[in-house]
This record gives sequence, C-alpha cells and structure tokens, in this order.
Amino acid sequence: MAQTLTFGDSCAPLTCHAWNKERNQIAFSPNNNEVHIYQKEGNDWKQTDNLVEHDMRVMGIDWAPNTNRIVTCSVDRNAYVWTQNEEGKWTTTLVLLRINRAATCVKWSPMENKFAVGSGARLISICYFEKENNWWVSKHIKKPIRSTITTLDWHPNNILLVAGSTDFKVRVFSAYIKDIEDQPGPNVWGSKLPLGQLLAEFPSAGSGWVHSVSFSGDGNKVAWVGHDSSINVADAAQGKAVIKLKTEYLPFLGCIWVSNNFLVVAGHSCIPLLYCHDGDQIKFVAKLDNTQRKESGGLSAMKKFQSLDRQARIETNDTFLDSIHQNAITCINLHKGSKANAKKFSTSGLDGQLVIWDMESLERSIEGLKIA
Amino acid sequence: MAKNTSSSAFRKIDIDQYNEDNFREDEAEQSIPAGPDEGEVCKYVDALKHVLTNAPIGTSNQQVKDNALALTLKVLLAIKSAQIEDAVANLSVDDIDILMKYIYRGFEYPSEGSSGHLLLWHEKAYNIGGSGSIVRVLSDRMKV
Repeated sequence: MAQTLTFGDSCAPLTCHAWNKERNQIAFSPNNNEVHIYQKEGNDWKQTDNLVEHDMRVMGIDWAPNTNRIVTCSVDRNAYVWTQNEEGKWTTTLVLLRINRAATCVKWSPMENKFAVGSGARLISICYFEKENNWWVSKHIKKPIRSTITTLDWHPNNILLVAGSTDFKVRVFSAYIKDIEDQPGPNVWGSKLPLGQLLAEFPSAGSGWVHSVSFSGDGNKVAWVGHDSSINVADAAQGKAVIKLKTEYLPFLGCIWVSNNFLVVAGHSCIPLLYCHDGDQIKFVAKLDNTQRKESGGLSAMKKFQSLDRQARIETNDTFLDSIHQNAITCINLHKGSKANAKKFSTSGLDGQLVIWDMESLERSIEGLKIA
Repeated sequence: MAKNTSSSAFRKIDIDQYNEDNFREDEAEQSIPAGPDEGEVCKYVDALKHVLTNAPIGTSNQQVKDNALALTLKVLLAIKSAQIEDAVANLSVDDIDILMKYIYRGFEYPSEGSSGHLLLWHEKAYNIGGSGSIVRVLSDRMKV
C-alpha cells in the first residue's frame, strides 16, 4: 500500500524533499544547511552528492523536472540554482534575492523560466535569469503583505501565484515578468495582470498561520490549511467564496490536490487524510493510513532491560503510533501523475521517513474509496 | 520514655463518633431529592446556546469579555454533570470551539469545585471537537 524509504543511517527530520523528473533521484535536507541527493540503484538508494553552499538551515527545495535544475533557499537569506555539469557535478548560480530576513519557501513556475521565493522580509521575490551577468535577478511583490510568507504555489498558467502567510491571509498575485514573457490574457482570477497585482485576498478572522496552499489542476480553485486545523477552499468560478471546514485533528502542514475535487492533507496527526470539495462543502473521505500497531511479542527480559537502558523506565508500553509516519508530516509532493489526476504522492516528516503512497492500491485496500 | 509535648490536639477528637449507640438524626427526611426540574434544565441549555452564539469574541473591550465570561461560567457550573453530554450534543462545531475557549478561561479563575466541573465539560467537548478544538483555543486571535 505504501512504500517507506529511509536514507542513510541518520534519522534526522526531513525538512523538505523534491523529486527529479524520472523519480529516480531525490533531493532533501536533513534539517540542517545541507541538501543531500540520493539516486536509486536497483532497490537501494545511494547518495550521489551533497550540496553544501548554504550556511544555515535549508527551508525549501524544488526540482524543475524538464530543465533539471534544483533551487534551494535557506535561513541564511540566500537561494541558489543548481545545475548539473557534464561530469554530473552540481554547480551553483547566484540568485539576487535582495531580502534581509530568512527565505522560507521556493517554487519553480510550471514553465521553469522563473521561480518565486517567500521570505520573512514580508515580500515575495520573483526570480528570472539574466544572461548578461549569468545570475538570477528578482522583482519584489510587497503590497499588501504584512508578515512572513510561509508557503507558495503557482497557477498552471505560469502567471498567477498564491501565497499564504503568518497574518492568517491567503493572497493571489500576478507574477507576470514583462522582461521574459508575453502579455497574458484574462483568466477567472482577473484580467489586469501587472506584476504584484492583488487578484484575491482571503482573510480568515482569527484562525492561524497558513501552512500550505495549493492551486487545483485546472487553476480555478485554491486550497489551504492553517494552524487552526482547518481546511479551506476558494473557487474563483464560484465568486471566490471561502469554504472552511474545521476538523477535529491536529493542524495540517501540507495540502495538495490529487484530482479536481479531491485533496490530501497531512500534518501533526501523522496520517494523510483525503477530503473532497463538493459544491459548497468540504467532506471527509478517508484516512489513507490504516496501519495497525504491531503487537509487541509479550514481555521479554531483553526488551525490559533495553527500555530501562534507553529510556530509564521499566514499563514496556512503547511509544509507537498507529501510523507509518511516527512524527509530524511536513511535506507532500506528487510522485506520479498530475494535480488533476495523481497516481502516487510522497510525504516526508520529522521522523526522517519518506513514504510513497499509491492511489490505486489505496483505492483497493480501503473499502468504498473512489478517487476521481 | 514518653515525650513531653504541649500538644493538646487529642482533646479535640470527637470520640463520640466512634460510639455505635450514638444518636443520629435521620438526614434523609431533611433533603428530599427533588430531581432535576425539566424546565429549569432546558432553560440552562438554552442559556448555554445563547451565551456561546453571542460571545463577544470580536470586541477588544476586556470588560465586556469578562462580563460574558462570568455569565458563561455561571451557566456552565449550573448545568448538572448528568446533563452536560446532552447540552454539548446540541451544539454546532463553532459553538464547541467557543465553549472550549470558555472552559480554558474558566480554569484561570477557579472557585470552589469549578475546575472539576469544567474538566467534565472539557471531556465532553473534546469527544466532539477533538484535538482541533483545543488547537483553535491556542491559535485563534478571537479570544473570549
């Protein structure tokens, strides 16, 4: 049903991860300033490179599938674009972000000609390549952002950008760079699209930090999750009204559309959940992880002393959870298929595990589940 | 050798209570359990719904909030333990969130027996709202 991967001996939390196009290489950060690249060889994953250029914790990684470039951003206020040379070594290109606070998240645009970086400097840097100087320059989206940008996602049309921030608001901006692309036509979100144009703002009174945003496959809907354990969907085709579902779970840290109406959310409860947006409500569909805890094989002396040694306690009740992930899930990515029709997705979290979930086998194993 | 102490506490022990022949007044006659008054209970459950839906979460006036808190605590403490489950079952998800906020604020101002009663409320509210409603008490800027 789900395939679990661990990389190396370390059990450090995975801050975030990104796949290459063939899904045989993965980049992730083990919660420090490094980015590790692993390649699949047979059934094993071997480390092929270690990208050390940042000097503080890496916050975001994104891998452009077609141009095979990696972009990373970090608390040290820098972002780097990594390209592979003929020998297969990754080399950096400088990005001029012009920010004075940590960079928190980064995403390639669908056409891979620009990327967006969110930061604590209360702005979004839209970066594009400048041939003359061989570096990436940026333009800023500043207004009306009043706090740290925590999450970003691109509209499939390569122009619009949705951003969530710590002031509890989700905003849709135009990220049109006239230096590198043609004038975009109107769409459901708006018709006038100069850079930084605010096309929608979704305030959620009270609630909590926005942890993750996602444009749907057709680009008409935006979903986001916040620290108030809520799931929110706004549909531009239906007047941009916000539908909010307050759930009974711990807050979600990631959300992603897996079809035009279904979305997967995951977070502090360690279990990915499937929800369905239908008309004017969001409905719970299924828990995607029905793992039962393995019964511990009675009381063995070995176990008893082990627990006494490791945790200084005699009780044999362990701390394993009824789920595959043993700690909060911090990142969800698509593994196979697209947002309109996802076949597999991957989650990584604070327990250092990466889990690949197969939609088809989930459909088979969970009674009555139909994802379409 | 026995210690010489000035303690005279033993003199205050009521030794008569250990005497089986001791006369006791029949207490049952004094307080006949009347049972919960149906009308009274309904009134409180309605009152609960009223204070929760009209909670002044949007205002920045602390006095208004404190007054509402006092009123809500009065209602919460007036509802009998046995009635809590029914009262909670009638509430919407939003009301449960606000109820949870009042429960936590109620813990800040304990009075005789109030905390135990609020813990009961907490248990029943948690059964419906789950961890989510507790998280919302912490994350929400709209305080009660």
